[in-house]
Amino acid sequence: MWLIMTALAAVITTAIWYVKAPEGKYKLGLLSLIFWGATLMWFVDHVMAYLAEGGEFFEINLDATLLGISVIIFALVIWEIALLVSDPRGVLKRMRKGE
Amino acid sequence: MACFLVPAGVAIGTTVAQKVVESKEKKVGGEGTTKTGLSWSRKLSWLNKLLWGGTILLALEHVWHGEVVPWPPFLTAMENPAEVAPMLHEMATIGVGMAIFVTIVWAIIVMIVELKAKAMPEAKVKPISGGE
Repeated sequence: MWLIMTALAAVITTAIWYVKAPEGKYKLGLLSLIFWGATLMWFVDHVMAYLAEGGEFFEINLDATLLGISVIIFALVIWEIALLVSDPRGVLKRMRKGE
Repeated sequence: MACFLVPAGVAIGTTVAQKVVESKEKKVGGEGTTKTGLSWSRKLSWLNKLLWGGTILLALEHVWHGEVVPWPPFLTAMENPAEVAPMLHEMATIGVGMAIFVTIVWAIIVMIVELKAKAMPEAKVKPISGGE
């Protein structure tokens, strides 16, 4: 389930990045690459586990869904930290100056 | 078990490679080293983001499944000698497979970008931004 959810997040983020491109102000490229990296790796993991052990390709249950949600939240947190560090709109800079 | 450690190792290598290439490009004094106007350091940064992003999210999944713990030896498979060999086997198969697959996808992306730039008339080729 987390593979499907991460892949969906990757597709949506890439679409938003493309709409906003070539402007890379909000680091949407970073977010989509994070999601794509995880999607590709989990895809390999799922395929190899399926070929070796068989069974269900997708694990669809509450635990897998909660993991999918946690993964997306974690990726968004990483992206927001990167965004705050780069501060493209200068919001933190202005706050420090007391504006 | 610990398959994400292989892409993590590759990510460390590609990050170092990107820094080296970046400093060399600065010394030469131009970013646009290819027809697309994209430098190799920029292209390597895409690979780094794919590898690091995947590694970090996979690490979370391993923590979720209790395969990685915050105390030594950090990998639960290391606590039982019988699980060490399957862990190494998983790293050699799934881990290496992940790193190779991500690198192949990245190479395809780079190839497509280069081919698209070649197909464009010379006047329309501008440095691409936005990929971070």
